[in-house]
Amino acid sequence: MKIKILKYIFLDLFRSKFILAYTFFLLLMTITVVYIGHDTSKAVISILNIILFIVPLVSIIFGTIHFYNSREFIEFLLTQPVARKSIFWSEYFGLSASLSLSFITGVGLPLIFIGINIQGVYLIISGVLLTLIFVSLAFLASSAVNDRVKGIGLSILIWLYLSVIFDGFVMMIFYLLRDYPLDKIIVGLTSLNPVDLTRILILLQIEISALMGFTGATFQNFFGSITGKIYSLIMLLIWIILPAMISLRVFKRKNF
Amino acid sequence: MQRHTKHIIILCFLLLTLNAFSKDVIVSKDNEINSVKKALAVSENGDRIIVRHGYYRENDIVVDKSVEIYGEDFPVIDLEYNYQGFTVKAGNVSIFGLDIRNIATNYMHDFSGIKIENSNYCTVENNRLYNNFFAVYLAGSDYCTVKNNIITGFAKTESSSGNGIHLWKCKNILIENNETSGHRDGIYFEFVMNTKIINNFSHNNLRYGLHFMFSDSNSYLKNLFRDNGAGVAVMYTKNIEMSENRFEDNWGPSSYGILLKEISNSVIRRNLFVRNTTGIFMEGSDKLMIKENEFRENGFAVKILGNCINDTLLNNNFTANTFDISSNSSRNDNYYSGNYWDKYSGYDLNNDNTGDIPYRPVSLYSIMIEKVPESIIMLKSLITEILDLTEKAMPVFIPESLSDESPRMKMNEYD
Repeated sequence: MKIKILKYIFLDLFRSKFILAYTFFLLLMTITVVYIGHDTSKAVISILNIILFIVPLVSIIFGTIHFYNSREFIEFLLTQPVARKSIFWSEYFGLSASLSLSFITGVGLPLIFIGINIQGVYLIISGVLLTLIFVSLAFLASSAVNDRVKGIGLSILIWLYLSVIFDGFVMMIFYLLRDYPLDKIIVGLTSLNPVDLTRILILLQIEISALMGFTGATFQNFFGSITGKIYSLIMLLIWIILPAMISLRVFKRKNF
Repeated sequence: MQRHTKHIIILCFLLLTLNAFSKDVIVSKDNEINSVKKALAVSENGDRIIVRHGYYRENDIVVDKSVEIYGEDFPVIDLEYNYQGFTVKAGNVSIFGLDIRNIATNYMHDFSGIKIENSNYCTVENNRLYNNFFAVYLAGSDYCTVKNNIITGFAKTESSSGNGIHLWKCKNILIENNETSGHRDGIYFEFVMNTKIINNFSHNNLRYGLHFMFSDSNSYLKNLFRDNGAGVAVMYTKNIEMSENRFEDNWGPSSYGILLKEISNSVIRRNLFVRNTTGIFMEGSDKLMIKENEFRENGFAVKILGNCINDTLLNNNFTANTFDISSNSSRNDNYYSGNYWDKYSGYDLNNDNTGDIPYRPVSLYSIMIEKVPESIIMLKSLITEILDLTEKAMPVFIPESLSDESPRMKMNEYD
C-alpha cells in the first residue's frame, strides 16, 4: 500500500510541468557552463553559486506549495485504512525523489558526460542532500501553519535565514570578536548551517581553497579528515531527519 | 734602424710562441690523464682541458689556473656524495658542457657543483647539474656568465636543501637561458649589483623561483617562473627592472607571483601573471611603476598593504581574478589609471575607450577579509555578493581616492 502511494506521488510529480521545467533549467544552465568552461573544476565553481541559491529555494517553495496543493488528496487518503505515517513518508519521499532525480539529471548528466571527478561527485551529493534538507523544512513549515500564504511566507523566511541572514550574523560575530582566535568557533558555527556546510565542503575540494589561507587550513584539517567528513554528514542528516520527524509528529496529531 | 727591425721581429716571434704555449690537455678514460684533477695538475694558465665523453668518479676539483674546461658530449662527473665539485679560484676560467651530479649535503661549506670564489670573468655554460646541493655558486666574483645550464635538484625540505644558482656579493653578472628546478630557491641573489637575468626558466622549486635581497640595479627580463612553492620574492632593493617575465601557477596558501618587500624606484612592466594565489603582494614598497602587465585568473591580482606609497598602476589588464585589488588600509596613497578591469560595468558615451565613471577595484568583502581574515570562509556565499552590491551602489567604506578615474573599456593592447 505504502509503495503504491509513493509510486503514484512520484510519478505524478515527475510528470508535472514544474519539475520538467526545473530539470530543463538545470540541464541548460549546466550545459552552458560546461561548454563555456570545458573544465570540470571551473564548471563546479560556477554551478556551485547557482546550486546554493536555486536548489534550496526551489525545494522549499515547491515543497510547501505541493504540500498545500495535495491537502485534499491527503484528506481523501486519510479516509482509507492507511497509517498517517505511511502517507507522510510517501509524500516526503515522492517529492524529494522527484526533485533529486531532476537535479541529478540536470546537473549530474552533463558533468558525467564531460568526465566527472571527485569535485563533481561532491557537488551532486551535496545538491541531493540540500534538496532533502529543504524538502524537510518545507514539510515542517507547511504542517506547522494551516494558512497557505503564511506557510509559504514562513518557508521563504527559512530559506532567507539559512542563505543570507545566518551568514550576516556570522560575519557580525567575526567582526565583533576579531581580536580573539576564531577558527574553531567558525568551524562550529558554519556547521550549524547546511548551506554553509555544503558550500565549504565543495570549496575545499576545488583549488580556490588556497585563497582561504590559514582559516582554510583549519577547515581542511577538520573536514579533510574522516572524523570531519562523518561529522558533516551527520550534521546534514540531522538537518534532514529532525525537521521531518517534527513535522511527522505535527502531521500525526493534526486535525484535518 | 736595423736594430729596431730586429727587435720587432723578435717581439713578433715572442708573441707567436706565447700563443703556442697554451696547449690542449685531453682527459679520457683510456688516456694516461684519466681525470680532470690530473689534467689540472699538468696544465698551465690559458690551457684548454678537453674532457672526452665518459664517466668520471671525482670530487673536490680545485681550479686555480685560468683554464678552459670543455666537455665533449657531456662527460659525467659523479661526485658520489663524497665532497663538492669544481671550486674555481682563478679568473678567466670557463666550464663548458659537463654533467655534474650527486653531491653531498654540507651546511658548513655549502657544497656546490660549481663554485666560483673571488674570481672574475668566469663562464659556466652548457652544463647539466643533476642532484646537487647548491648547483652553481658565485661568491665575490664579478663579470661572470652563467648560461644555457640545466639544473635539476631533488630538494625534499627547505631546511635541508640548497639553491640552483646562488650569487653572493657579485657585480655585473649575466645569467641567461638557464633552467632550474627542484632546488630550494631557483635563483638566489644577495648583495648583487648591475646584473642581468634573461630568459631563464625556474620551476618546481621548493621555496622561491627567484629570491633576491639587497641587490640593487638589476634587471630581470623574459624569465618564466612556474609552480614554485612561494613564487618570486624581492626584498630590500631599489632600481630594479622586471619586464616581460611570466609568473604562472604559483598556487598555494602562501604563494605569490611576486612578493615585494621594501622595494623602491623600480619598474614592473609587461609581465604576465596567471593562476597565482596572489599576483603581486606589496609591502612597504614605494615609487613603483607597475605598467602594462596582465593579470589573469589569480586569487588576488594585487595586494597592496597600507605602507605602500606613491606606486602607480598604469594600463594593466585585469581579467578573471577573484579579487582585483585588495588592501588593508582605509587610506589610499597610490595611483591607478588606464587599467582594464573585466568587472567594470560603466559606460562610455563619447566612445574614447575610457569609461565615464570611475572604477573601484577594491570590493567591500576584500576589505572585510583584510580586517578579519577568517571571513574568507564566506567566499562565494550570497551575503558577500549582497555586501559588494550595496557598497557599489552607495560607497561608504571604500576610500574615495582608491579608484581608477579612466578605466579602459577594452583590453589594453601592447605591441
